[in-house]
Amino acid sequence: MFEAAQKAYQDAGIDPRTDVDSFITCAEDFWEGFSIFDEFTPDQLGAALRPMHTVSGDGLQGLANAYMQIKTGLFDIVVVEAHSKISELLTYEDVVQLSFDPIYEAPLSKGVHPYYVGGLEMREYLEATGTTEEQCAAVVVQNKRNAFCNPLAEFEAQLEVDDVMNSRYAFDPLKALEIAPRADGAIVFVIAGGEIARSLTDRPVYVEGIGWCSESPWIGSRSSDAAYVKRAAQMAYRQAGIENPQLIDIVEVDDQFAFKALQHLEALGLARPGEAGYLMAEGAFGPQGQRAVNPSGGSLGCGHLMEASGLARALEGVLQLRGEAGPRQVEDALVGVAQSWRGLPHGTGAVAIFSRRE
Amino acid sequence: MNLGKIHKDVAVVGAGMTLFSRRLQETGKEMSWQAAQMALDQAGLTLDDIDAVIMGSAPDAFDGVHKKGDWLIDGAGGVNKPYMRVYTGGGTAVFAPIAGWWHVASGMFERVLVVCEEKMSSCQPHAQSAFAHIWDPILDRPLKPNLVWIFAMEMQRYMHTYNVRYEDIALVAVKNKRNAVGHPCAQLADPDITLEDVINSEPMALPVRRLDISPPSDGAAALVLVSEDTAYELTNEPVWMDGVGWCIDSTMWTNRDLAFPKFVARAARMAYEMAGIKNPREEIDIAEPYDPFDYKELQHLEALGLADPGEAAIMTREGKTQRDGELPVCPSGGLLGVGNPIAATLGIKVGELFWQLSGQAGARQVPGDPAVGVAQAWGDLMQFSSVIVMRRRP
Repeated sequence: MFEAAQKAYQDAGIDPRTDVDSFITCAEDFWEGFSIFDEFTPDQLGAALRPMHTVSGDGLQGLANAYMQIKTGLFDIVVVEAHSKISELLTYEDVVQLSFDPIYEAPLSKGVHPYYVGGLEMREYLEATGTTEEQCAAVVVQNKRNAFCNPLAEFEAQLEVDDVMNSRYAFDPLKALEIAPRADGAIVFVIAGGEIARSLTDRPVYVEGIGWCSESPWIGSRSSDAAYVKRAAQMAYRQAGIENPQLIDIVEVDDQFAFKALQHLEALGLARPGEAGYLMAEGAFGPQGQRAVNPSGGSLGCGHLMEASGLARALEGVLQLRGEAGPRQVEDALVGVAQSWRGLPHGTGAVAIFSRRE
Repeated sequence: MNLGKIHKDVAVVGAGMTLFSRRLQETGKEMSWQAAQMALDQAGLTLDDIDAVIMGSAPDAFDGVHKKGDWLIDGAGGVNKPYMRVYTGGGTAVFAPIAGWWHVASGMFERVLVVCEEKMSSCQPHAQSAFAHIWDPILDRPLKPNLVWIFAMEMQRYMHTYNVRYEDIALVAVKNKRNAVGHPCAQLADPDITLEDVINSEPMALPVRRLDISPPSDGAAALVLVSEDTAYELTNEPVWMDGVGWCIDSTMWTNRDLAFPKFVARAARMAYEMAGIKNPREEIDIAEPYDPFDYKELQHLEALGLADPGEAAIMTREGKTQRDGELPVCPSGGLLGVGNPIAATLGIKVGELFWQLSGQAGARQVPGDPAVGVAQAWGDLMQFSSVIVMRRRP
């Protein structure tokens, strides 16, 4: 947290002890192994004796709070932090298992890795849209290849669709290589009101809209089309005044499971239902395609950062819009979208729109 | 901070609260919905009218459910809506409504529902076991600390620094448990309790005795917040959230002043400045400070600027903090009298101010037509505080 915070403060040219009005951390107790993790957040960020709180949610939900806090008029600068130190959690699947309803759902999956729900949801998605397993595998190929150009990525690889298809079925039809490996990391954003932002930098990246939504917590009552993203996107597009999402240049979607990237692209309105897989396999979302999707490498290429994954998607959007994405820079990018999903077994997600306002 | 430039004013137009008690028969979701429905009914709204839902609940460890917020969502009425859980330990009770405040004050939402829930009875053998995991794993945990003896140390420090007598502190427990008699949700109301009962109660970790501590509990509470644009369409008696403040101190509790909670004073300063309150002792009519232990009410009154350090005990002895006193403190009965389902104490802090300031507190109504109140909660490892100033406008 300290390392990321220091970089962010230097980048923004601010002193957290005097310039920041409010601090936000995104964390869940059980990921951290504490009962009240909020206790352990202020010092590393320079937030001791300042307004600070925790959002039990994903980094983009944290960003939404910062956005609202600034919109109240009360605050000029707000800092948002999210992190993963998931390598310290030795019983990951047991903890995920604890997020099922303890009375009705948990007994059904006793002794079973909870990702079986991912397999079921993938099967439902394939059948509902006609997407093929090969098209899902193409997401892995592209994202792990994109990750070669990202110095922060840990899981880059040169694969072919067959390599993914031949990796073992982890949760039929979900294959082992289609599951984003977990990683540690921290991300800090400095958010400022428009005027202040323009006084701090010549090239601020604006949050043009942000939306979030949660579906029913019951596995059996959930949509097969990522309705949480549809609703969150509607909210964000409305604020940003985006009528045609096809005009977005940079797209960073959640890809904890390969099929989720396709489902999320469709929910964002960037492809028709059943079309995202075809476009992905054709290379339309690759570096040379019509629109860059997950140029960062996504969670499949960079590693899944738990509650920080949404901010990782947003970070790529910001770097691209500032023209600082190095060898993976997309030319003339003006508008970007970042999308998050909090992961199994819940349907909670957020969507943020960024632009550099030519 | 631009304390005078708030985009939209925010009002409370409905509040609800369940019975506080050991409620093994009901799930947290069920209690959440009971409270949410009461708040919606009072506001004359249905769930369809609500634009966003904010959830407050303290450690997941009580329920043993990971991502508890996402699990409680259908009870809280948040399904398919923008739904946000904020978390500041024990401070959540007054912090979740602050999050609700910025959802509305930002202009993003017109009507929001704030739901706070806690079910501590599922934690076996006692909710205290969840607190074994709040400590620094390297520096604190090997000592196997227990919250009661940490608070015993803090209470000792407070008594020593400001020369406060135990008997005066115990009077807070007597007052609050008696105040709770008129509260339909109360768990430990006792019209006959005496100072001797508290002084002679079982020693836990001296100077803390059993009746100095609020009980673990199950319950839920909820509020409906709306913007200035529609408040008067829904009620003639909106109560305005005119000031909000919050502050967290360093994780290292051993380095802090344990006698005077500076973080409470900072949170209060922020809320007072925003509400335009220059002299809280003269301008505040009712206070609902966080009282999980009796000495905390006194410490918090002092940090809220409603008494000088060490003076709150004297005010208590002189009866000034009684319901009909100069400054009624915890007229709800507080956590000591009504119960302490951590986040759900929203109902006895912010909820109570809403009912008192809109003249709906029934048997608990403070005389003299109170117009301004302050609610405060305290959490994390003796390091966080949230403060709200509420006002009825003439």
